Amino acid sequence: MSKQLNFDWRRTLLQGSMAGFISLNISAIGMVVLFGERYLIAGLITMGQAAFLLAPVGMAYAAAKSTLGKWRILTGLVKAAVIGLVASLFLVFLVWAERIFDLRSVLLNVSPKLISFLTFGAGADQGSFLLPAVTVTVCLLSAAAAFIPERIRKALFFGLGLTALVGLLSPILVERVRNFLGQSTVRVLFASNALQLWPGIILASAGAILYAGYGFAASRLKPASTPKSALATRMARQAPLFLLLLSLPFFLGTYLTEVTNNVGIYLLMGLGLNIVVGLAGLLDLGYVAFFAIGAYTMAVLSSTGPLGIGLSQWVASMGLHPGNAFWIAVAICVAVAAVAGVVLGIPVLKMRGDYLAIVTLGFGEIIRILALSDLMKPVLGGAQGVLQIPKPSIGSLVLLEPEKLYYVVLAAALLAAFISTRLRESRIGRSWIAIREDEDVAEAMGINLVRTKLLAFAIGAAFSGLAGAIFAPKLTSIFPHSFSLLISINVLSLIIVGGLGSIPGTVVGAIILVGLPELLREFAEFRFLMYGILLVMMMINRPEGFIPSDIIRRELRASESENPTPAT
Amino acid sequence: MDRLKSFSVINAFLWLMRAAIIAVVAWGTIQTILNNTTSTRAWTDFVIFGVAQGSMYALIAIGYTLVYGVLKMINFAHSEFFMSGIFTATSAVAIPLNASGFMAEHPFITMILVSLVAIVVSVTVALLTERIAYRPLRTAPRLMALITAIGASFFWQYYFSGLLGSRAKGFPAIDALKGSVPFLGTQVLKTHILVVIVTILSLLALNFFITRTRAGMAIRAVAENKDVAALMGINVNQTISLTFVTCATMAAIAGVLYALVFQQVHFYMGFIPGIKAFTAAVLGGIGNIPGAAVGGLFLGLFESVGPSLFLQSLGIASFNQLKDVIAFTMLVLVLIFRPQGILGERLTETKA
Repeated sequence: MSKQLNFDWRRTLLQGSMAGFISLNISAIGMVVLFGERYLIAGLITMGQAAFLLAPVGMAYAAAKSTLGKWRILTGLVKAAVIGLVASLFLVFLVWAERIFDLRSVLLNVSPKLISFLTFGAGADQGSFLLPAVTVTVCLLSAAAAFIPERIRKALFFGLGLTALVGLLSPILVERVRNFLGQSTVRVLFASNALQLWPGIILASAGAILYAGYGFAASRLKPASTPKSALATRMARQAPLFLLLLSLPFFLGTYLTEVTNNVGIYLLMGLGLNIVVGLAGLLDLGYVAFFAIGAYTMAVLSSTGPLGIGLSQWVASMGLHPGNAFWIAVAICVAVAAVAGVVLGIPVLKMRGDYLAIVTLGFGEIIRILALSDLMKPVLGGAQGVLQIPKPSIGSLVLLEPEKLYYVVLAAALLAAFISTRLRESRIGRSWIAIREDEDVAEAMGINLVRTKLLAFAIGAAFSGLAGAIFAPKLTSIFPHSFSLLISINVLSLIIVGGLGSIPGTVVGAIILVGLPELLREFAEFRFLMYGILLVMMMINRPEGFIPSDIIRRELRASESENPTPAT
Repeated sequence: MDRLKSFSVINAFLWLMRAAIIAVVAWGTIQTILNNTTSTRAWTDFVIFGVAQGSMYALIAIGYTLVYGVLKMINFAHSEFFMSGIFTATSAVAIPLNASGFMAEHPFITMILVSLVAIVVSVTVALLTERIAYRPLRTAPRLMALITAIGASFFWQYYFSGLLGSRAKGFPAIDALKGSVPFLGTQVLKTHILVVIVTILSLLALNFFITRTRAGMAIRAVAENKDVAALMGINVNQTISLTFVTCATMAAIAGVLYALVFQQVHFYMGFIPGIKAFTAAVLGGIGNIPGAAVGGLFLGLFESVGPSLFLQSLGIASFNQLKDVIAFTMLVLVLIFRPQGILGERLTETKA
């Protein structure tokens, strides 16, 4: 009987416990409370509730999906119910533990507020029944979703995902909609920074229908053969995108443009690190050093404060606005960073993998400690940093607002993307990839290891220096603590999430990992926790990244079919 | 080295670097000795502090070395094994017991409890990390394993920051350990003596475990060759888990000692000791257990004596700020000029 039903009690209980354990931890580290303030859909569900329901729901869906056999729908639903029940018992346990013991003195986030979120405001007694009931219900719903035909399910998920995204971003959307469509539209669509119920339902169904319609249309139309397009057609195809990029500040408003600028600066660093790590395979954890070098060079050159060496004053004495010094300084910054890349690159030429990572990490820390120390204080200002860095200007037009600075960032990012693309397809790019694959073979093929590696370090550092040079005037003052290891980790995460070696991947990675946390202030607190999870999960499940480069994808797929050799 | 021999420019640059550093260190040292600004008493204090600090590095370094031995990867999350145990034990045991007055009455029992909790938490964190993050990637390219380890490290840091708070917590002082005792013409803090004694005992116990017990032999066999060890009837997965348990225990003990000496714990406390212990492990030759202990001691001494010995006379303002720079520079120098470490690497494989 049990074999026919394909029902593995132990496995299901284990899955339920895992889901419960995850939910318990999500609650205990404070995610639920922090997210709990925010409604996704007004009056219906908060982000916090979504957070603790996510694990059981996901687990139930996975369990139902993997169920096979004759009675698979029934079995799947039973499994989902069991998972939901077991998982919710963990949370009920937490509710009662909080009631009996004073957990808050140790676990800061297990507060009465958390309990009220967990029990949907019903209190410990009723909540102990309400919580399992709700969890089991949503688990059953998600398990049921696993059994509807795939095309409908995908459409449904798309609609729900779209609604969730709009709900998440609603505080920003409120502001934008108000700007373009007026307050009355805002009131119809949103309530207290969350999506209203009915617009939410309409959005979800519209999204689902559109997705289904698109899929249907796409399946009817024969995929058009894409011949190698000429340069002119390619440019014509990219023209709308380019126009959109140019007009972006108009749509986005000041705050979102500021966020975009941050994304752009990280994108620049990501493109640089992509050459070092993604193409040449040299894991550099001290990448922030070059960012710092670029920023400090810019600061010292152009600051009008006591630490500046007077480039701005010199430019001003020529009768120009002092901000024009930026354009001279930026070239110097890039050059200095590139030289620093070579100088720090020479000692590590012989190292590979792990040792390289740790040594570069050491370099990054040395640069930061030096910038912070009294030794360099007369030059770099110690902990007080360098102040009074003028904003760049073109002639007498000062690029004061983020909307204007955006074009500097955009130009730099486009330039870096262009250079990376061309380099990757060039002889030197192929040399990098060859080195990444096997240094010894690459050398035997006549690749000059020293030159190729140093070039990777230099170009990567130059991009980072450029990012730093833009970063300094953007903030108008810089401090050593802006250049911690976390920046290196941030950049590394974004290129890994996007896909090592892939330039579109880097763009997507920067938007997801830098843009989203800026938009979702709630997430910012758990940013590095999520980066940690992302890094581990990406490496285990999708090492090629979301938008993989062709070579890496081919390689990973190929190695899967072969016998994997143990790493030694 | 040999692969790059032909590039004399690079070699010249490296030689120049080496000569410059030796010159700076020698000049600073000679100046300090000639000027004689620091009293003998201060030097002895530096040495004793260095030994105590080095003992902690040694305990952590063993974790890097052991895991490197069996998995051939740098366990970047090891510093979080060190942090998690004592951070939890301080928040959940030491602070509440201190508030209730139990700690003042029974400091010994409290410390045993703190140590036990620290060890249990560290071991749990280590086992979870190994099972969830490292095991699926055992045959994957090394770069991937390292990135996973970095991810795991960040996850645990911010997990514990969310769980127990991101502010630093004071570890309650113990009356019995306050003050100092006379030793070799100077006063030595009681905590420092305790640190050295506990470290020596732990290292002896570890040595016994690794060399004399069946489980220890299994660890060594797996470090030597996983496939052959499996053929000899050793459960490789279990042995690797056991290695993590051993490492985490050592790290947790180091954490308790750290709390006793510095009296402060926070979620970020693992990073710097972790990097330094890694330096110590490399210094002693990674994969080499006695080497890790020697390397830790050496690094602790170097770091404690170094700033005063060769930076003081160079006219550098607040030279003690550069303590970490010395450690990192040493790591870089060792990896460049003697990657096999002082005592030599036990496993002579290319680090590709």
